[in-house]
Amino acid sequence: MRIGVVTFPGSNGDHDALAAVELGLHQEAIAIWHKDHELGDVDALLVPGGFSWGDYLRAGAIARFAPVMDAVIEFAEAGYPVLGICNGFQILTEAGLLPGALLKNSGLTFSCRWVHVRVETDRTPFTHGIDPGTVLRLPIAHGQGRYFAPPEIVSDLEKNDQIIFRYTDRHGVENDDANPNGSLRNIAGVSNRAGNVVGLMPHPERAYDAALGGDDGLQILGAMLRSRMAVAAK
Amino acid sequence: MSVSDTTLREVALSRSEYDQVVVLLGREPTPVELGMFGAMWSEHCGYKNSRPLLKLFPTSGERVLQGPGENAGAVDIGDGLAVVFKIESHNHPSAVEPYEGAATGVGGIVRDIFTMGARPIALLNSLRFGPLERPRNRYLFQGVVGGIGGYGNCLGIPTVAGDIFFDPAYNGNPLVNAMCVGIVQHDAIMKARASGIGNLVVLVGADTGRDGIHGATFASVENPEESHRGVVQVGNPFLEKLLLEACLEVLQTEHVVAMQDLGAAGLTSSTVECASRGNVGIEIDVQYVSRREQGMNAYEIMLSESQERMLVIVREDGLDEVRAIFSRWDLHSDVIGRVTGDGHVRVLDHGVVVADVPAAYFVDACPTYVRDGIESPEARSARLYDCNSVPDIAASEVIPWLRRLLASPNICSREPVVRTYDHTILSNTILAPLEGDAAVVRIKGTTKALALKTDCNPRYVYLDPFQGGKYAVAEAARNVSCTGATPLALTNCLNFGSPEKPAGYFQLREAVRGMAEAARVLNTPVVSGNVSLFNESENGSILPTPTVGMVGILDDASKRVGLAANAGDALLLLGPPAGALGASEYLALRLGANLGAPPPVDLDVEARVQALVRNLIQQGLVTAAHDTSEGGLLVAIVEMLIPQRVGATLDLDAVIAASLGRVDGGLFGESASRIIVATPYSQRDVVERLAASAGIPVLTLGVVGGSQVHIAGVGEVEISDLCESWSNGLR
Repeated sequence: MRIGVVTFPGSNGDHDALAAVELGLHQEAIAIWHKDHELGDVDALLVPGGFSWGDYLRAGAIARFAPVMDAVIEFAEAGYPVLGICNGFQILTEAGLLPGALLKNSGLTFSCRWVHVRVETDRTPFTHGIDPGTVLRLPIAHGQGRYFAPPEIVSDLEKNDQIIFRYTDRHGVENDDANPNGSLRNIAGVSNRAGNVVGLMPHPERAYDAALGGDDGLQILGAMLRSRMAVAAK
Repeated sequence: MSVSDTTLREVALSRSEYDQVVVLLGREPTPVELGMFGAMWSEHCGYKNSRPLLKLFPTSGERVLQGPGENAGAVDIGDGLAVVFKIESHNHPSAVEPYEGAATGVGGIVRDIFTMGARPIALLNSLRFGPLERPRNRYLFQGVVGGIGGYGNCLGIPTVAGDIFFDPAYNGNPLVNAMCVGIVQHDAIMKARASGIGNLVVLVGADTGRDGIHGATFASVENPEESHRGVVQVGNPFLEKLLLEACLEVLQTEHVVAMQDLGAAGLTSSTVECASRGNVGIEIDVQYVSRREQGMNAYEIMLSESQERMLVIVREDGLDEVRAIFSRWDLHSDVIGRVTGDGHVRVLDHGVVVADVPAAYFVDACPTYVRDGIESPEARSARLYDCNSVPDIAASEVIPWLRRLLASPNICSREPVVRTYDHTILSNTILAPLEGDAAVVRIKGTTKALALKTDCNPRYVYLDPFQGGKYAVAEAARNVSCTGATPLALTNCLNFGSPEKPAGYFQLREAVRGMAEAARVLNTPVVSGNVSLFNESENGSILPTPTVGMVGILDDASKRVGLAANAGDALLLLGPPAGALGASEYLALRLGANLGAPPPVDLDVEARVQALVRNLIQQGLVTAAHDTSEGGLLVAIVEMLIPQRVGATLDLDAVIAASLGRVDGGLFGESASRIIVATPYSQRDVVERLAASAGIPVLTLGVVGGSQVHIAGVGEVEISDLCESWSNGLR
């Protein structure tokens, strides 16, 4: 499988995303530049974390206007798997590919730690084959990760099975202590209506080797290898 | 002489230094030249008070590829790779504007690393503040921590280790020392030595503004709050990230002959250093320098300390390719001059010469001073304080004192700080902050890892600069050894008060002597460093703080150990069992002052204890290792129990007996060369045998398990209670 990784000016999770694809998944990683107008021959896309354009104005607000974004939107609309991680999640919400927004953490400071998330559905290419209810341990590292959406959108998300990950304790129980940033209803990741575009704040691409503290991230990244959606869209 | 005292004060030159300039030039300097001399002959750039002392450091070794004198040191780590590292201070700016001061401190040290062609892989920081009860200190603390995180997180370089210490002597003059570590192929190490007459001088990155003019000069005078207004720079980590990636990409081409970042004294020091190291000249015309504001004159342009700028010496035929790479990263670049053959740094303004001085005058002719140093009577009487005049504590007072020590700002959990730094990015951190005595960062594509730590107990250095200097090096090496890594080399930042005061010069000289001796015996040469003198405020001098940044190598990364003990482990003390009260955190809390002689370091014992613990780790005999430092033995034991929230059953009578029979001395007294290891109970005998054959005393302290810490003859306490004391000290 050929997996593209988009680099914007200020992206810094691109190195880890490329490493996770190559060292963790043993797949071909393709670096894509923000000024590119085409994605080339890739089967799936990772939009990595970082501080694109320094998070100036608002996280992800400038990146959505990058030349590459037209191709990203076209790729997403064609049904290919697209995963936005951290700043990538923020960019995809700014681009209108994912619902909601990411606000400043409720604690008002940057927070770097390992958290637990519960997989809510297996219908996306990034959770395919993972039993709903499975608890994964992943690192977070962000200052603006508090998921928010208006109530009517959140109820749509619930209804349409678009909430993909929730912050829980290690046993899979949702509570305030397990919520690291004040996200609405402990939401850690959502998808678009079709399910092929997913965004999450935790970093699966930093959890691809037990030596790093955990390899649960491989379950999310590896899911796309066996996903029907990747094949179907092709 | 026409120059006024006011002008000389502005450039921080003495009248006699000015006279030397006139003799060198054979004429009066132009205003631009005078400003350039002031910057280059400042302590910050010229090391005029410290240079003779720095010669005491051992700086070479079979693995040293680059010692002091370049932007950073480089040490061979095998596989054709080198580790490149340096620590640097940003104390004075941080005293005035803590967020930007600390942020630009990080930015500066990161540039030093990628200027060498190395990819930065880790950041560390060593911080000193006055007590947090004072609102001003809390403001500085929060600003500094925020600035470090804000800049480092955005750059995407993990902040993995550091140290923090509080003492009233840092009121008004906090210390912010930032260290960066990078990796480079041997054959890709880039030097800041201009060469090739006719090659082009290219300035890339941020436009030049009026920020930071005279920063280097004012870093070298007393009372930062007075002097630094208007000269603190503002950082742009986003721009630095672009510069980092673009410079590493440009260095892949064959077109770059030298690179030098613009830090203290901006364009002045970067052109002078590039020319002087390469034994060539450089001629630039300031008209080609892009500016942020109108009306800037040559003087301001030459002394601006605007951040995120780089000077690149490029072969003419490669210019287009180099500029294309910078443009790809949306970076502006200007050709501002050429390399010349006459050894002069010549500055033109629209073709008119405004400065023309041989580069050697700025560097080699910089005056140096060897002064008389005398121990201050206050420090001497504090050192000679009779600690045994303090009554011992009763057994019933041990647990309350333990809780008080665990909650002390100098000992308690750093979690509230560490959580605001990204330590997982770059997916190399295999022993994270709070998990071990040093951070361990793997090197992708090899089986190896680096262990990294900063250390300095300034209380020890104040009370006995020679022993304290030795101890700082020994402790940093010990922390690295406790992960299983072999210490390789060190970098240091000498933060001291005014060397013009005999007591200040004494501290500097003696600490350097002690550090040099320890570095020699422990085989950890000094490969880079920085000097920050004149750290004085209304309270007088800071505690002398020679921060040590140690780098160690672990050939098999999977062998690393942390400090967390597990239920069922035995706890063994390696090294001399006795603790003493002198210069201890306990005594400082009890008496409200820094008193007594710090523990002396026997470097032979130190080296053997560290070799032993590395051997035990290498053989897989221990599950955890932790040195005893501030707070003494009992605090160190509890620090090993906290991660797993597990208790222990302890018998510490032998330690108390060895400590002149004092309960407080044994449990809370401090000492060098002591390491506690946790080992599966069944392997206890093997560890004891290996310690005996290494000639190192070993003592069984107890067994890990349960939810209580039970100390024979003292009583017990729930580990959760101790966790609470420890966790909330900084909140």
